[in-house]
Amino acid sequence: MTTLLELDRVAARYGPVQALSDVSLVVREGEVVAVLGANGAGKTTTLRAISGTVSRTGGIELEGKQLKGGPEAAARAGIAHVPEGRGTFVDLTVTENLRLGAYARRDRSVKADVKRVGEYFPWMVERGSQRAGTLSGGEQQMLALGRALMSRPRLMLLAEPSLGLAPLIVREFFRIVRRLNEDEGLTVLVVEQDARIALAASSRAYVLEVGRVALTGTSAELRDDESIRRSYLGY
Amino acid sequence: MILAAFSDFMQQVVSGLASGGIYALLALALVIIHRSTGVINFAQGEMATLSTYIAWALIAHHGWRYGPAFVATLALSFVGGVGIHRVVIRPVERGSVLRIVIVTIGLLVAINGFVVWEWGGEPQQLQSPFGTDTFSIGGVIVAAHDIGTIVVALGIVVLLWALFQFTKLGLALRAAAVNPEEARLVGVRVSWMLAFGWGLAALLGAVAGMLTAPTVGLDPNMMAAVLIYSFAAAVLGGIDSPLGAVVGGLLIGVLLNMLSYLSQYGIFDWFTEELRLPMALLVILGVLLVRPQGIFGKPEVKRV
Repeated sequence: MTTLLELDRVAARYGPVQALSDVSLVVREGEVVAVLGANGAGKTTTLRAISGTVSRTGGIELEGKQLKGGPEAAARAGIAHVPEGRGTFVDLTVTENLRLGAYARRDRSVKADVKRVGEYFPWMVERGSQRAGTLSGGEQQMLALGRALMSRPRLMLLAEPSLGLAPLIVREFFRIVRRLNEDEGLTVLVVEQDARIALAASSRAYVLEVGRVALTGTSAELRDDESIRRSYLGY
Repeated sequence: MILAAFSDFMQQVVSGLASGGIYALLALALVIIHRSTGVINFAQGEMATLSTYIAWALIAHHGWRYGPAFVATLALSFVGGVGIHRVVIRPVERGSVLRIVIVTIGLLVAINGFVVWEWGGEPQQLQSPFGTDTFSIGGVIVAAHDIGTIVVALGIVVLLWALFQFTKLGLALRAAAVNPEEARLVGVRVSWMLAFGWGLAALLGAVAGMLTAPTVGLDPNMMAAVLIYSFAAAVLGGIDSPLGAVVGGLLIGVLLNMLSYLSQYGIFDWFTEELRLPMALLVILGVLLVRPQGIFGKPEVKRV
């Protein structure tokens, strides 16, 4: 498998707070990779460094090319970021949210893509004119995913998708992510507090500890090693 | 007698809709900037005055015809609005609301000073593109300028609505205004969208100014009162609602004329023209006390 994303000793800080000190990781084409770790380990910051919403040092390459800083550049390079806490435009309708997902694209097949997303989420077509702010939390999270799909991303970043959602909805969400990965070869980098569900959905994982990579392996290895589970993953 | 009263009434309605259309345009400009930058642009009136002087100078000093001067003024105003955002607003945009407000007040003073310095303080005459004719529709005497003003104002409102509702640019403008962080994540160049909003506001002001000047005369403080009425219109309609700005503008225009009308017939006979501005202030106060979000403003719908 070819390398899609490569982080080389990435560091990032919020003012005086060093959130990431040394993160190197690789995501290959067609993989679902999880980034795990405790609160404050730097999981979300890792995603934000990739999508350019926090300034960073070190190298980030997408398909062998250095990524420019800034979220607009990342979006145009084909990175779709589903931020934590839903991240829909609450004042806009479902359809408008989806159309915005395709904003960075230059081609004009937006309508066809709305239909394609509708195959995964039929309600988004049926309730296209509903304001996103009136959707349930779970629906908003799905809409954020649908919107990210609209950009036909090379790489999808998912930040804490389970946050504040009922377990049933979280399972549904990851089931769809898996399907997208298997059917369409979508490459996903997911950051998740809930290690159990993230390991079940991913093929490989990185565990962060205070801003650096503490260990890495296949999801199966991490899942099966009881001492790792206890000391790093908390279950 | 009753017939005369009725045609008088209709005349007041028509001229109220004409001035209301102007308030609506300026109120829309206020709403666009409030949605994107989060402040009331106190310089909105002076920006409009400057645009109107540019149109007048092109016609009176450079011999341009009205049409080309109109188009050139809109284009210059748009570019000027974008420039104002890039040069003076953007540097303070991340600061407190108060800082931006103070910058817009500074802009007001600066533009006003520039206009007086460049063209002097004495009133000038800008022609109406619709002429000075009046005609009678079923006994109601209306001015061509009033009808033209209503048509232009509504036409621009419809164009603007179509831009925001049906184009990719309009969608990006709305997204950038309501949620800049998310908009960046989908690749919208938010800063340019805000600048575009300022350009649009300047353009709306230019139209409002050019429609105002033929009736009140072009002078450096021409738009001061219009801006107050437009504040009232924007607050009445809901400061974040474009539809509200339009409805509010028309309502304020007609309402003030109704007071004049009724005072002639002995109702509200205390009302004189001098009370128009204080009435606008009363509307602002009343709305803020009774229904702060205005007619069309909605309380935030948000699930946390």
